[in-house]
Amino acid sequence: MTEPNEAGVRAQARAWLAEHWDAERSLVAWRGMLADSGWGMPHWPEQWHGRGLAVALSQAVDEEFAQFGAVGVAKMGIRLLAGATLLEHGDDFHKERFLRRILTGEDTWCQLFSEPGSGSDLAGATTRADLDGDNWVVNGQKVWTTSAHHADYGLLLARTDWDAPKHQGLTYFVLNMRQPGVEVRQLRQMNGHASFNEVFLTDAKIERPYRVGAVGQGWRIAMTTLAHERRGADGLRGSARERLGEGRIYAEEAAETATLMEPYKWYPQRAGRVDLVLPRARETGRIADPAVRQAVARLLVLARSAEWTARRARADQELGRPQGPEGSLGKLAASHVARAAAHAHTLIAGADAMLAGDDGPLDGLIAEILVSVPATSIAGGTDEIQRNIIAERVLGLPREPRMDSGPFRDVPRNVGG
Amino acid sequence: MPATAFSFTDEQRQFRDVARRFLGDVSPPTAVREWMESASGFDPAVWDRLAKELGFCAIHVPEAYGGQGFSFVELGIALEEMGRALLCAPYFSSAVLATGAIQHGGSEAEKMALLPDLAAGTRRATLAFTEPSGGWDVEQVALTATPVGGGYRLDGEKRFVLDGCTADFIIAVARAPGSRGADGLSLCILPGDAKGIERRPLRSLDPTRKLAHLTFHGARAAPLGEPEGAAAPLKRALAEAAAALANEMVGGAQRMLDSAVDYAKLRMQFGRQIGSFQAIKHKCADMLLEVELAKSAAYRAAAAVAEDDTDAPALASLAKASASEAYLGAAAACIQIHGGIGFTWENDTHLWFKRAKASEALLGDAAYHRELMMRHMQ
Repeated sequence: MTEPNEAGVRAQARAWLAEHWDAERSLVAWRGMLADSGWGMPHWPEQWHGRGLAVALSQAVDEEFAQFGAVGVAKMGIRLLAGATLLEHGDDFHKERFLRRILTGEDTWCQLFSEPGSGSDLAGATTRADLDGDNWVVNGQKVWTTSAHHADYGLLLARTDWDAPKHQGLTYFVLNMRQPGVEVRQLRQMNGHASFNEVFLTDAKIERPYRVGAVGQGWRIAMTTLAHERRGADGLRGSARERLGEGRIYAEEAAETATLMEPYKWYPQRAGRVDLVLPRARETGRIADPAVRQAVARLLVLARSAEWTARRARADQELGRPQGPEGSLGKLAASHVARAAAHAHTLIAGADAMLAGDDGPLDGLIAEILVSVPATSIAGGTDEIQRNIIAERVLGLPREPRMDSGPFRDVPRNVGG
Repeated sequence: MPATAFSFTDEQRQFRDVARRFLGDVSPPTAVREWMESASGFDPAVWDRLAKELGFCAIHVPEAYGGQGFSFVELGIALEEMGRALLCAPYFSSAVLATGAIQHGGSEAEKMALLPDLAAGTRRATLAFTEPSGGWDVEQVALTATPVGGGYRLDGEKRFVLDGCTADFIIAVARAPGSRGADGLSLCILPGDAKGIERRPLRSLDPTRKLAHLTFHGARAAPLGEPEGAAAPLKRALAEAAAALANEMVGGAQRMLDSAVDYAKLRMQFGRQIGSFQAIKHKCADMLLEVELAKSAAYRAAAAVAEDDTDAPALASLAKASASEAYLGAAAACIQIHGGIGFTWENDTHLWFKRAKASEALLGDAAYHRELMMRHMQ
């Protein structure tokens, strides 16, 4: 879509880059310049490191950066979710204290929402925060926390009122992860990787100004964070920059990317590696088997129609039309695609599907696909929760009668949770 | 590809609204029930309005041949709405199959002579290519065309011919005696009531689409297009027909989803709307996913035909495979959600279920099209 002054904004961005870019600058120094000039997050308000541009224009600026080969502000990981949430719900203290260091990448963030006793039912959190003098004291356990082992801060959802109904007793905090009451342990997954952590909170302290929003408003604010996550601001998209230049700043950025992306290195396998199916079927000669051909074709039908469905949703969005049902189906479709891909890989591999590591096909990559795919239909909202959301919000079917209204204290919950 | 390639234009959306309103008026379930019981299978008055008021038979026919010169995308929209309304009409046979065969297989002079009448809806034709063997591949054709004078003498049988008993003329696919496979195939055209054709209606599972068995005893036919050169144009016409059918089918599938969801909101059991149970909710959510995926595939296939994309045959097969499973799945789930009432004759669901079941097989089932798709991709 063409905005009236898109060309002007692009020209401005190019001119600014031409004047200021220097590949020998340090990553943090350069990002500081981006944060101060507003060119790092052009759609953020001018007062807070932005230029107040429309999102579409901001994308145009991103494209200019990519074409120019310039490094942008730190966008990977949870930090950008923290930035977006604090921008919307934080006070001036939070914005002053955190936003710039989020953009420069000096601080790393993690998200302390899920708990062993509350996965799909996030609002059932039982980690507690109690006010003691000037500090909140936090006790409980969080889980599935990416990057917790090197995070400086955590976005914490904790219960502050046990007599209020479930969703109204939660409060949102910024937790300093570098303190004695915070213990981080790696969590090993069924595919052998350890991408996440368990975080044990024992009398961890939060100073009063680190509370975000009002007491009891935590659920609403957490929804903001999750909405940004769903919109794809989860930092998993790589840079669109094709030209990789030489210079100090690129080396520093590459090192940062390597650290932050490490936990996600099996994510392509989790999605089923559809790209490998046809080449593998051909190379192994298994494509001659009619059962294999049917399985491969089933997968391709599914994968391509899922891709087109996403493009239909995007096209309507770009044309400014109200979102149709297509926009809510991507996650559920991805689960089907991943399972169909794993099935096709299994048929193609034959007996080799029993082998892993160096003995397995593609040096164990196929085995990694087979044991990673089950995560797709769980992570980021299980298929069952997705179906509830689709049925209730898209199709307008009635909600189930609730068993968890009334004071949270009386709500049945997991033993020990 | 630009965003517009994955969305309909405002004009196309208006066209859909007009089609939906018209078809809602002329093809309510009571009308479907009336005309499916008739021998001809359609209401001539509705056909006239469809052709004259809406110009439906002319949508994708080039203006040079009396058409409106719109694209296959608009044809897809019309078909989707017809599928939704379960319109009983000889549209697919004449406007899609026969029109496509003439467009791709006919000479310039033949197109000038034949297409204007079909586009105006004043005459109707059908394509007779399937035989008692039940194969969908034209290479399996056995009907013989023996050259006689400037034409052919036809001997053999055709089966599963859409609207074969009511078509004004028939385009039959036949082969030179002794030829095999793709060689020797010709298109032959003859009036529906020509001497030497015996036309018998078949009892069809889906009474909303009429099927016929044709027996040729030395019937005389004129050549259409290049003699013995029909294989390639026919394959193209059949691929496009698969894309067209997929669009018709997703319209029916959406109707089944809507009906299931409406009923789930209405029906009370155990003191609650049944749609509040996850067992029902999840079934509906799965239906929505299947239907939307099938729509995406059908729309993409129609666009590929419109753009003359070299991938069009593969995409048409992909769309037909997807629509076959989505439509039947939606119809079966719709019956299931209705419970006992859904299995009665009185409830309308079975009308769409039967269309879904027959359409699943028509032009080749999902497994057949998955295989075709794989061949196109190799």
